[in-house]
Amino acid sequence: MAVKVISPGLSTSVQDLGRPGYYHLGIPEGGGMDRFATRIANLLVGNDPGAALLEATFMGPELEFTEAATVAVTGGELPPKVNGEERPTWESFPVKAGDRLSFGYLKGGARAYIAISGGIDVPVVLGSRTTYVLGALGGFEGRVLKAGDELPIGAGSGKAGKSLPANLRRPQISPAELRMLPGLYWHRITEAAGKRFFEDTWKVAPEADRIGYRFRGGAPLEFVEREQPFGAGSDPSNIVDACYPYGSIQVPSGTEPIVLHRDAVSGGGYMMVGVVISADMDLIAQLQPHTPAKFAPVTLDQALAARADNAKLMARAEEYLAG
Amino acid sequence: MSIRFNFGGDEHIFGEVSEAMSLDSFFIGLSMTNAVKAANIKGVTEICPANASFQIRFNPDLIKPQDLLKELQSMEDAASKSDSVLKTRIIELPVYFQDPWTHETCMRFRERHQDPNSTDLEYSARINGFATIDEFIAAYSGQPWFVSMVGFVAGLPFLYQMVERQKQIQAPKYLRPRTDTPKLTIGHGGCFAAIYSVRGAGGYQMYGVTPAPIYDPTRKVRYLTDEMCLFKPGDIVKFKSVGRDEYDTLLEAIDANTWQPTVHAADFSLTEFNKDMSGTNAKLMELINGR
Repeated sequence: MAVKVISPGLSTSVQDLGRPGYYHLGIPEGGGMDRFATRIANLLVGNDPGAALLEATFMGPELEFTEAATVAVTGGELPPKVNGEERPTWESFPVKAGDRLSFGYLKGGARAYIAISGGIDVPVVLGSRTTYVLGALGGFEGRVLKAGDELPIGAGSGKAGKSLPANLRRPQISPAELRMLPGLYWHRITEAAGKRFFEDTWKVAPEADRIGYRFRGGAPLEFVEREQPFGAGSDPSNIVDACYPYGSIQVPSGTEPIVLHRDAVSGGGYMMVGVVISADMDLIAQLQPHTPAKFAPVTLDQALAARADNAKLMARAEEYLAG
Repeated sequence: MSIRFNFGGDEHIFGEVSEAMSLDSFFIGLSMTNAVKAANIKGVTEICPANASFQIRFNPDLIKPQDLLKELQSMEDAASKSDSVLKTRIIELPVYFQDPWTHETCMRFRERHQDPNSTDLEYSARINGFATIDEFIAAYSGQPWFVSMVGFVAGLPFLYQMVERQKQIQAPKYLRPRTDTPKLTIGHGGCFAAIYSVRGAGGYQMYGVTPAPIYDPTRKVRYLTDEMCLFKPGDIVKFKSVGRDEYDTLLEAIDANTWQPTVHAADFSLTEFNKDMSGTNAKLMELINGR
């Protein structure tokens, strides 16, 4: 069983739930940027939640199936079509040998997750099938898909007609609210700058990908004056190169915050004002360029409560799909 | 010295040994991360040493953040008193300085540089007080470097030169990062050298290229079959300046997969090094030269 790539879309790659354990070598965890959508897409077609699927960004691919399979599309509202006929999102549907799966225009969100029963059976590298494009590692030949690729599909059999209702998904609100724990090098900016950082409405910049999301439109940060420590570099936003947490918000030169995502660069020399909480990482995955967003400070306890809420939502969805 | 601990969201603890770079701080960070590794703490998923800091990632569903913090704090005393002796290795890496590829890239991004009228090498030599580029390269490749961090992208080493602070070469990063850097470029930012393991964006000054792959996701390069990444924190690296002819010869051997770098086991003591830097370095370099 295989799937032929007729056209690849804008940036479509094989992802699963990631490759933890190699960040100390600069190899990021990766995995579907929207983990909820990744897990649900797999469950809808009867796969393990961590099976490999396709993550399509802004524009869908066109695929041809060599054999029958069950397919589900979750995440952003990217309407699937089988031989030109529309199919629902967040619901599994059948395809036959020779069928072509294509997509209409993106109606909401930014990334769609295309799961195929059996999962995409590329080799497991360092414990995962996730594609790490910068390092040409894993996935399909370590890169995003190209026309003419043939993706091997594992054995599996899903049931068509399984769906997850909207009340079991997390709604998208505008402006997006990204909760973050202030910290790391927060003390480097003035109190006034810290206040402005949360008051301003930012906009997603066009430079937004699996590595990180850049934001624009807020006031530049003012730094507390100091003599730069040895080895840091001369810009007040420079630090002696350190590790970057997933979700960390770095602000090079104090102008445009960048939130690192699942394919994060693991370290570098820019100060960070804090870290977006784990519960809100999925939200970032679905932000299109120019979307307004605000950062909201939370405490560690609030971050843990939000994490627990997310886990509950996931558990309810899984329970529903198992029932 | 006391480590500044901080939560990075709900999944990371960040520990800053000091704001400024020094080998003493690096060693404390390395001792801390080694101790965390040895303690095998439930819920810890990533242990990352950095130049003068470190980061631990954890799953808060398995360990309470405050409990992990307490555990890390309890290790601090022992880590800062450890005797800083390292069983490590010295690796000799050929570098073709002033190569045509980084030069071409450097010229393409002049408007992002502090001094658009100089090359990166001219600029760096000048601001560090060297009369010529040759003298700058001699200083760069004359004394060994310590791998004080691996990261940014897969297998990229940050290197800290093993010389007195007043002899450390320093250079700012580009005003705006480049969108391109040739693969295996030797770059410099702050007081750190870096070797770009893959082609991509970058902000460091560019001085040369090595023909030797340092990261191989396919594990075909003969010295990267076990580990995809050549370097780990604590490795010692000596650059060997080579010309175009030698570079081309090396490249042929690397393409034929018959070449591997000169590597020698080495014992390193921070106390001895701090007492006598040039003497310690001379002994280390004898290991690779006296083969």
